[in-house]
Amino acid sequence: MTEAIIRAERVEKYYAQPSENRIQVIAPTDLSIVPGEIVALLGPSGSGKSTLLRMLTGLSAPSAGKVFWHEREIASTEVNVSIVFQSFALFPWLTVEENVEAVLKARGMEPAERRKRALKMLDTVGLDGFQAAYPKELSGGMRQRVGFARALVVEPEVLFMDEPFSALDVLTAENLRSELLELWQNKTIPTKAIFLVTHNIEEAVLLADRIIVLGRNPGKVRTDFKVGLQHPRDRKATAFTQLVDYVYKVLTQPDAKPPELPQTPGATASPERKRPHYQMLPHARPGGIAGLLEILIDHQGKDDIYRLADDLAFEIDDLLPIVDAASLLGFLTVNEGDAEITRSGTDFANSEILGQKQLFRKAALEHVLLLRQIVRAVETKSDGSVSEEFFHDILDEQFTEEETVRQLETAVSWGRYAELFDFDAARRRFLQSERLHHELENEEVSLESDE
Amino acid sequence: MRLPQFGSVPSFSNTPGRELLARSQVLKRSWPFVLDLCVAAMGLACFYAVVRICMFWAGPPSEQMVVSLSPRSLPLYAFYSVVRIFLAYVLSLVFAITYGYTAAYNKRVEPLMIAALDIMQSIPVLSFLPPVMLAMIRLFPTRHIGVELGAIVLIFTGAVWNMAFSFYSSLKSIPRELVEATNIYRYSAPQRLFQLELPFAAIGLVWNSIMSVAGGWFFLMACEMFHFGSRDFRLPGLGSYLQTAADAGNGHAILYGLLTMVAIIVATDQLVWRPLITWSDKFKFEQVESSKHGSSPLLHILTHSAGVQAILKHTTVPLGEAFYQRLAKARAARMEKLATAPAQETGAAAAARVLPWVLILVVAAAVVFAAQRALILLSPVDRAQYAELLKGAGATFLRVNFSLLLAAGWTIPVGVAIGFNPRLARIAQPLAQIAASVPATALFPVILLALVRLGGGLGLGSIVLMLLGTQWYILFNVIAGAMAIPTDLKEVATLFRFSRFERWRKVILPGIFPYLITGMVTASGGAWNASIIAEYFRLNNRTLTTLGLGAQISSATEHGQFPILLLGTILISLMVVTTNRLVWRPLYRLAETRYRLG
Repeated sequence: MTEAIIRAERVEKYYAQPSENRIQVIAPTDLSIVPGEIVALLGPSGSGKSTLLRMLTGLSAPSAGKVFWHEREIASTEVNVSIVFQSFALFPWLTVEENVEAVLKARGMEPAERRKRALKMLDTVGLDGFQAAYPKELSGGMRQRVGFARALVVEPEVLFMDEPFSALDVLTAENLRSELLELWQNKTIPTKAIFLVTHNIEEAVLLADRIIVLGRNPGKVRTDFKVGLQHPRDRKATAFTQLVDYVYKVLTQPDAKPPELPQTPGATASPERKRPHYQMLPHARPGGIAGLLEILIDHQGKDDIYRLADDLAFEIDDLLPIVDAASLLGFLTVNEGDAEITRSGTDFANSEILGQKQLFRKAALEHVLLLRQIVRAVETKSDGSVSEEFFHDILDEQFTEEETVRQLETAVSWGRYAELFDFDAARRRFLQSERLHHELENEEVSLESDE
Repeated sequence: MRLPQFGSVPSFSNTPGRELLARSQVLKRSWPFVLDLCVAAMGLACFYAVVRICMFWAGPPSEQMVVSLSPRSLPLYAFYSVVRIFLAYVLSLVFAITYGYTAAYNKRVEPLMIAALDIMQSIPVLSFLPPVMLAMIRLFPTRHIGVELGAIVLIFTGAVWNMAFSFYSSLKSIPRELVEATNIYRYSAPQRLFQLELPFAAIGLVWNSIMSVAGGWFFLMACEMFHFGSRDFRLPGLGSYLQTAADAGNGHAILYGLLTMVAIIVATDQLVWRPLITWSDKFKFEQVESSKHGSSPLLHILTHSAGVQAILKHTTVPLGEAFYQRLAKARAARMEKLATAPAQETGAAAAARVLPWVLILVVAAAVVFAAQRALILLSPVDRAQYAELLKGAGATFLRVNFSLLLAAGWTIPVGVAIGFNPRLARIAQPLAQIAASVPATALFPVILLALVRLGGGLGLGSIVLMLLGTQWYILFNVIAGAMAIPTDLKEVATLFRFSRFERWRKVILPGIFPYLITGMVTASGGAWNASIIAEYFRLNNRTLTTLGLGAQISSATEHGQFPILLLGTILISLMVVTTNRLVWRPLYRLAETRYRLG
């Protein structure tokens, strides 16, 4: 086996908490990047893909473990890598050419040589004639070409890409992907390896020689395998779709052991993790859940999630939270990448708006611990109000600060929809919902009258 | 501190977010209370140090400088004043950038530095005028340079804080991926400064510069002529010209002086600010090109002139190239050394780690000592004097708030009318801008003279000065707020036939609320600051005075009563900081959360 360019040894990332609990973003992970391969790193959002990328490039130091660049510790060597960013990260006040030249200037290159190389690289990525334009005059696709030109002009050994195509429209992204592949295969660029972070399964299978799938809470490698398909790859080929399905299954069953890989083995087993105290609420809106269920009914109550996303022209990463949420609430079950609607799901989808709220309320109270606790808390308080901070502090033990905020946002959105409680955004307090209050009273009354 | 003058507000189409039009509030209190105490102690320490120095250097009596009232001397005077402002501004810019940079990148001192910023921009700078002046005069026995430096330092202390805060918050809001790009592509710190940090902060810096310079004029007018005890310090300049003219009751001279003032302000606007604003437009951090563009013929000439380009090509460009190449080489050498000899802590490195702590300790000890001495300085103040000062504080408090109410009372309806009516805006806007750009301190002697002739006193006069200095903040913010109310909201009000009262209550007032608060915060600070010159004024060799903390501070200055001066300054700072914390910050937060549009 060839020597790795970058090798990570038991790297992990965590944030220390005052209460001795620490939030593990990435569990100890081994990973290496060897010459001649395109590696794709896949994972749901929140699995620490970008964090891992930043540790591999030396941008961020791991909390524990080490990263080596040609077997030397990364902090004490000059690494020759580039990153293509999702947001392009171009300087809007510099022209296209100045943006590209700036990185050569940083390396102390002469103006004449700099200009020559920059223009040549712009030509290579198809930006000939645009050198004097400012980034804001260009379309998204063109801007990302500038991003590529800037990344490639320093002739990096490893080219890192952090979701480089996800801010672009479908056609532009497809076009850029194939051009990149062409540059790589024709060896137009001296880059020895490419490391691509993406949440697009098809993109990974299309480009990569090796795919690594991360799981979350904390982020860790769930499977790492080689893709044996020949380029150019045909999206319609059975082998291709089988691989996509396989990755898909790994991604949709976060708690199960990864299934057997079609054709080539190599999947590593992941140890069972401890279930967290609170479920992670998927960031989906109740309206989205209802919409998904209605579509499922149209598809005879059962469909492959991947195909569903395709039909809806959704990124799978956008659809997954909705599926997760529906499954958490017991409105559908996920099996082998298929989503199947349940009885309560059908009821929910077919109800009128008030009925939907009622069913949602029932399901939420039954399945979601956090919502149950909030309702309990506001009911027991004499003034019927509890500060958000209280739950913030509890969730903080388990989630990162950012995630805690998002968890609470989702809880507020669900709770308001279901009329479980009210939320006073100015005072940041949960309040007892008037309606719920009345309803409970009425129920008590009717119970009494039954007796 | 807040700057009570608006100077030139180029045009509303160019008006950036309202946070740039006024001092920025530190919304989230991220530092513990102890740090505020630290800052207070440091303030005391500084004050004591300055006082100590000036008491130590009891200098020779100063000769009188005669300010000529001939119109022919005006250009020279104007030139002197402009140079003073310019030097103070350059000093402020350099300091602001250094301060903001250090605060943003040095985690250990960041909270302390930001707490200091927050307080420094709240306290009235004018009460520091006498000790600063005296210290500077004694520092330089050559009389002129001392007074000059005093004026410059004073303008500097008034101008620097909002610029520093703007630069700091710009640095903090640079998108993460851009910073990562500079790291991964091995940008040196200077390259990052020139290609990322300064451009990113440019717009905020330009707008704050405009504010700072306008504030600078306000202070300069006050400190070009200044009495301390029996001494009378004068600097040749526009401010002293106007004051002397008012003293002599010379109507022609006053008119010439004011005309020169307006001419300078219009010229600065056209020759400096407009080109700068147009130029800084390219630093807008935006993904799509916006349709609005200002234009400046001067900028066009500069950027398209072959001569200027040629000069740049043979001076800064090669210098920059050489500089960057050296930086790259230095980095390569450093990395090589690091690779051959892996990080080993040498004696020097260990010393370098200990040194900052030693320094901090020494500074802390000095601060504690000086702050304590400053407090000892207060001991001769007796109970009656305390009571007097508190009474004065109460009077000034009422006066400040009354002038705020008056200002809000007329600016809200007028501002909304202008904001809703583009045609009216076209006429009223330039007029308001010129009116606002004349420093209130320049007008004050004239207005006071008129008031005295009409039989009014300083009680009324001080409110007029506060009003003059601060109403524009509210007016311009209200106009901006009214313009920002979306048309569809107004249409809803029309569609559902809101009564006039409902329209104001449901649409207009909530719509302008955040802007109004911003304007009021800034105006309130300005009014407090103005009270120091407004409540105690010498006219025709007569001292006009009225009950108030500002008057007490000024009087203590004239009579050289340092304990009273110190106590008065502490009191006024406390009042301003407390009102900010208890009233304005909560309102500001409310505005940011509840009444934010879009």
